[in-house]
Amino acid sequence: MTDIIVTNLETVPGRQIIKHLGIVQGNTVRAKHVGRDIMAGLKNIVGGGLRGYTELLTDAREEATQRMMGEALDKGANAVLNVRFSTSSITAGASELYAYGTAVVVE
Amino acid sequence: MGGLITFFVLLLIGLIFGSMNERNHFKRLRIAEEELSHIKVFNIKTLPDNLETGGALVSGNVVVAVDYFKVIAAFFKMVFGGQLRSFESLMERGRREAVVRMQREAEALGADAIYNARLEFSAIGQQPQKIGGAELLAYGTAVKIKS
Repeated sequence: MTDIIVTNLETVPGRQIIKHLGIVQGNTVRAKHVGRDIMAGLKNIVGGGLRGYTELLTDAREEATQRMMGEALDKGANAVLNVRFSTSSITAGASELYAYGTAVVVE
Repeated sequence: MGGLITFFVLLLIGLIFGSMNERNHFKRLRIAEEELSHIKVFNIKTLPDNLETGGALVSGNVVVAVDYFKVIAAFFKMVFGGQLRSFESLMERGRREAVVRMQREAEALGADAIYNARLEFSAIGQQPQKIGGAELLAYGTAVKIKS
């Protein structure tokens, strides 16, 4: 998976785009487990960073990106351009992480 | 009565530890920003000509929580309206931390600059009684400059 270029620019520096393959996307919905919720609740008294949630969201975003890259590889792309991330809360306990971009073939 | 005591204890803990946390965090941020100042961050898409081929997506995120004192302070402020300074500093801390983490990732890749940097926000925990926090995400494309 490392041979695919992922960028949020509209071009790859120093390379020409040969073919556009259309939009590719990846998503994942994650819920936090109760232990983390309790810890976060305690942290809410003193404030500051919530490490558990930060890790959870990093992992989830990584997975969404991996799925997007998987789809791009299936289409025969070697780069994904103009990647965007978005997050939405579905219910109080869960959020969806979504990554999308345009799969292209570059020289 | 017991409820009132708990309330004031929580308020006090929030005030003391919250402001201590905040001061320390700002201090850490200043040091980190100084260290990483060689990695320039741009939010423009137009690239200069002197870049090496290729680029990599880098990101940094952080979830910040409000402390109890801030929640109560904000509650009173909302009655009269006006600036919620305690929340302003929270968002500032979160954003700067996210950018610093993004720069760290770029540094690990040996990059010189980040182009098309974006900052995104999402609220975590819908009910006001429960966990009030916010995730701040910074992402962009790390590139190397030809020497």
